Amino acid sequence: MKTYPFIIELLQIAILLGVSPALTGWVRMMKCWTQGRTSPGLLQPYRDIMKLFSKDVVLADNASWIFRFTPYLVFGTAVLAGGVIPMLSIDLPIASTADVIVIVALFAIARFFTALAGMDIGTAFGGMGSSREMTIASLAEPAMLMAIFTVSLASKSTSLSQMVHVIYSGHSLFRPSLAFAMIAFVLIALAETGRIPVDNPATHLELTMIHEAMILEYSGRHLALIEWAGMMKLFLFASLGIATFAPWGIASAGDIGFVPASFLIMMLKLGAAGAGLVLIETGLAKMRIFRLTEFLGSAFLLATLGMLSFFILE
Amino acid sequence: MIVTPMWLLSSSVLLLFLTVLLTPLIKGSQRFLINTSFTLTSVASLLGVIGGVWAVGGGTTEKIILEIGLPALPFHMRIDPLAGYFITVISLLSLFVSLYSIGYIKGYLGRRPVTSLVICYCLFIAGMLMVVLADDALFFLVSWEVMAAASYFLVMFEDEHIENRRAAFLYIVVAHVGAIAILLSFGVMAGLAGDFENFSGYTFDAMRQAQLPVQWATAAFLLAFFGFAAKAGVVPLHVWLPEAHPVAPSNVSALMSGVMLKTAIYGIVRVTFDLIGDFPWWWGAIVLILGLVSAVMGVLYALMQHDLKRLLAYHSVENIGIILIGIGLSMIFTSYHMPLLAALGLIAGLYHTLNHAMFKGLLFMGAGAVLHATHERNMEEMGGLIHRMPWTAALFLIGCVSISALPPFNGFVSEWLTFQAFLLSPALPNQLLKLLVPLGAALLALTGALAAACFVKAFGVTFLGHWRGHHTPRVREADFPMRLGMVLAAATCFLLGVLPTVVIDWMDIISEQLTGSKLRVSTGAYSWMWLTPIAPERASYSGTIVFLGILFVVVAAYLVLHVKPGAIHRAPIWDCGFEKINQRMQYNATSFSMPIRRIFGFLFNIKEQVKLIPRAAHPFFPKKINYYLRVRDRFWGWLYKPVVEVSFYLSRRVGRLQQGRIQAYLIYSFITIIVLLVFSR
Amino acid sequence: MNINIASQINSFLAALVLLTAFGMLVQRRMYGLVHLFAWQGLFLSLNTAIVGFVADRHHLYISSVLTLTLKVILLPYILHVLIQRLKVHKEVETVVNIPMTMLIGIALVIFSYHLMAPVRELSTLVTRSTLAVALATVMIGLLMMITRKHAVTQIIGFLAMENGLFFAATSATYGMPLVVELGVALDILIAAFIFGIFFFHIHTTFDSLDVEKMARLKEED
Repeated sequence: MKTYPFIIELLQIAILLGVSPALTGWVRMMKCWTQGRTSPGLLQPYRDIMKLFSKDVVLADNASWIFRFTPYLVFGTAVLAGGVIPMLSIDLPIASTADVIVIVALFAIARFFTALAGMDIGTAFGGMGSSREMTIASLAEPAMLMAIFTVSLASKSTSLSQMVHVIYSGHSLFRPSLAFAMIAFVLIALAETGRIPVDNPATHLELTMIHEAMILEYSGRHLALIEWAGMMKLFLFASLGIATFAPWGIASAGDIGFVPASFLIMMLKLGAAGAGLVLIETGLAKMRIFRLTEFLGSAFLLATLGMLSFFILE
Repeated sequence: MIVTPMWLLSSSVLLLFLTVLLTPLIKGSQRFLINTSFTLTSVASLLGVIGGVWAVGGGTTEKIILEIGLPALPFHMRIDPLAGYFITVISLLSLFVSLYSIGYIKGYLGRRPVTSLVICYCLFIAGMLMVVLADDALFFLVSWEVMAAASYFLVMFEDEHIENRRAAFLYIVVAHVGAIAILLSFGVMAGLAGDFENFSGYTFDAMRQAQLPVQWATAAFLLAFFGFAAKAGVVPLHVWLPEAHPVAPSNVSALMSGVMLKTAIYGIVRVTFDLIGDFPWWWGAIVLILGLVSAVMGVLYALMQHDLKRLLAYHSVENIGIILIGIGLSMIFTSYHMPLLAALGLIAGLYHTLNHAMFKGLLFMGAGAVLHATHERNMEEMGGLIHRMPWTAALFLIGCVSISALPPFNGFVSEWLTFQAFLLSPALPNQLLKLLVPLGAALLALTGALAAACFVKAFGVTFLGHWRGHHTPRVREADFPMRLGMVLAAATCFLLGVLPTVVIDWMDIISEQLTGSKLRVSTGAYSWMWLTPIAPERASYSGTIVFLGILFVVVAAYLVLHVKPGAIHRAPIWDCGFEKINQRMQYNATSFSMPIRRIFGFLFNIKEQVKLIPRAAHPFFPKKINYYLRVRDRFWGWLYKPVVEVSFYLSRRVGRLQQGRIQAYLIYSFITIIVLLVFSR
Repeated sequence: MNINIASQINSFLAALVLLTAFGMLVQRRMYGLVHLFAWQGLFLSLNTAIVGFVADRHHLYISSVLTLTLKVILLPYILHVLIQRLKVHKEVETVVNIPMTMLIGIALVIFSYHLMAPVRELSTLVTRSTLAVALATVMIGLLMMITRKHAVTQIIGFLAMENGLFFAATSATYGMPLVVELGVALDILIAAFIFGIFFFHIHTTFDSLDVEKMARLKEED
């Protein structure tokens, strides 16, 4: 049994844990620039997390074990997903644990428990956040599945490593189906990670918040874990998009010498993804919640068009 | 005597009948009656589980002929892997539910006698087992009626409420309409299978061997599917289900939702794959489309409910839909002679059958425990039960996670397999199906996500937050037998989720017999860990590693964070600094589902009113605001109302025949005789 | 240029044409609608040029340039002016809600694929697979005319339909004869002018461009 895939695996999880706050910091920094503000720097998320870890936990009187368990679970699913999505190399020992559908389900389990935690304290905000989050998720899910379907048509697989491998060796230059699926995926990723047209990550404005409303009562290390997991989720969605639609630069099986280069390429691509996110967030305003059906409907439409154009045009 | 699966199953059924006979003798002491009878049913169910598992594992097919019933029409019984599988499903859940009942039924002590409940309960289980064991149309229908009648009386058990009587009546009517369709379907097949002289066509063996002309086969299939769909609660024939299931005692609801509906699935699989065997693709398309409609409509209606048991009943409609999706896909693949994919669809459907039995049983038992403790079914009044009923809450949560198709529990495995079957549909040679079938996958995804939303609501409103009602009841945790039943069901959910390969390898023989190909889900080293249908590079899932991985990270994070003892301070709720918060301000079931109600509102019949009292002084400061909401099933108006009105109209017309004079009746008879003589001249 | 790559580019442009058609179907804003229409014209014109290059039909270059001037520059400009003059740039009212329209649109695409499958088997052209897209574009244009209330959206729907027909001609037979194309282009131009004049009249009569108001024209009984 070869050992280096395990090393890559650990490396990947270390990168996930270490770099994800920097990605968030990068996005926040660029957002400050585009809006003409002075940014607190790339490292501010690290400082936030460290500060939260060192603080005591203040727990509401009637918080149950679900409230205390949720941060750990959310963190755990994010780390596990990071072990499965190929970022540096497709040669990951636990990659076959989960295909794309399972990864989506891993995010779903984190969301399920976050929503429960939102309802645990019994405040109106928590319930509101949970209700909205689950509604948006249920609208995003069909679109997500159609996007997966389209990609799996091209690669004849739902396993991520296999997808990367096939897209590498594919000789087709312009694939309308993949282009459609990619736009759909971007829209879904915006919804799932709670970015601007769907939810505003920076807000504590009471009536517009969704994700923030659910985690309002958290503090101390619990909040740190949830915030960190949120940053990892952004990182993971970016990596998932990269692995599915722009995998060039990920080391293929056995190509260990390429791993440092693929790390650099990954950083560049993530930086570009962050810049794209900032462009979207700066250019758009947050939508009314009932306009989101149209937003996510368009994502579904695009993904379905991708599927159809695979059959019609390819 | 040699012990065989058939022997075990026969003794299981006999033991149930013995319990029925024993019950009147010991009804003097109700407590003793409950303990004895439910222990006996547990033993009988255990025998059933062993027999069923053995029959599937050994791949045995065994027949016996019972010379009882009508002369020259003996009852045939047969056990094969398909029957054995459904026997396992039924017996496994009835084992857990019987254990649970020992505690649950004691809640009726001192309120009403439970003798009739015990008798019907035993007959109900025996009826279900006999339906699956039957190998001829006569025995099948007799058992079917035993099952239906016993469950009718169980629904009627608390007959002092008018809605219970009404629900039971609706249930028995639909059950009989379905039974008539099934009878006709068997009639078609039997008529073509054998000659009428010695009436040999009524055995399933004869039907299997017969080559049905395609139009008669279609007629037989459509009739059978209609009949079984009515029993299974497929939309639009589902309306009885959310009425009847919630009003029965909770242990019975668990059995009705968990396994009684599965006998209809058994019937569909038996008739299409086994008895008819050869069919065009559009049969599968019908099953698939109705499955999709049931899945989506079921979950959307469930989201609108605020009665916990009614919510669960609507989820049965949804899950029956998901099972039918798998079976419909399998039928489509079979008709195009793609055995491997057909096996995938069939296994997905059947595995979901088992999974649904387990988690729905668990959820109904949990709802029963809540009902037992609070005497409340309305979720709007509940909340915060996790503090008073920690066991029930944790076990109910496992059920919620399983039914919401979240890894590593069992519901996810079968939905994942169904998704894989969908993803392979582009291999179909039919151009139109290729484009349309994937859209079904999107609907299934929608269903899964909505189910998750619904169970966040069900669990969150019932167990989390504060008690919402005005009077706080004295709530006690469920007693030991109830917890035992639920723990076993929850453990089964978990094991089915992390060890799917073991189970699927065990049941693979069914797919081999019915579709001609094994699925062979496991390949390579440590094969029990990886679920790899079709090929490992196509897709793979390992529930074990997902579970261990999450567990490892959670424990590691917990330990790392607790190296230095950090204090946890308890404090009042913060809520952005709002101080006057009370329990009536929490989100409840209606408000939780409000966004979904608004988005999918066109599917329901919604009446919503807000009344301000009084309006006079100032519109912004009303004294009181009344909110009225009524969400109705559209199918009531579309399907049931017209049918009911027409039948009442007809019966009024027919009622005119009732003259009350004996001469009039004699004239009717006379005319009938004359007409018959003219025709049979 | 490699014929394989050319056919891939052709497919990609077809996909973009379909995307813009759907974009117009769901777009609420008037200016956005006009811009999408211009984009569709641009993709069409590029596609025509590429097909002309691959198939070595030089008259396609002319029709490509014609499309560019007419549908990318002139017509959008006219519509722009019209919207500005009439001050009707607010959000477009729809008859059917937007998610529903999308689903109908998807159904139309599947239907036209099903319809065109036999033709696809028979044809030998590089562009044959885009025929279904062309038909779908025509139908979506018609759907847009049905689901929208506003007169300006109706003409855009009409023009989108014409785009679909043009696309069909290019992909089915490498374009119509040049004379026909010139005639059609002229027709379109004149139609646009006539529409423009009518809009002014409708606007002055009803003080709105909502075509539902025209129900007032029917005989009262």
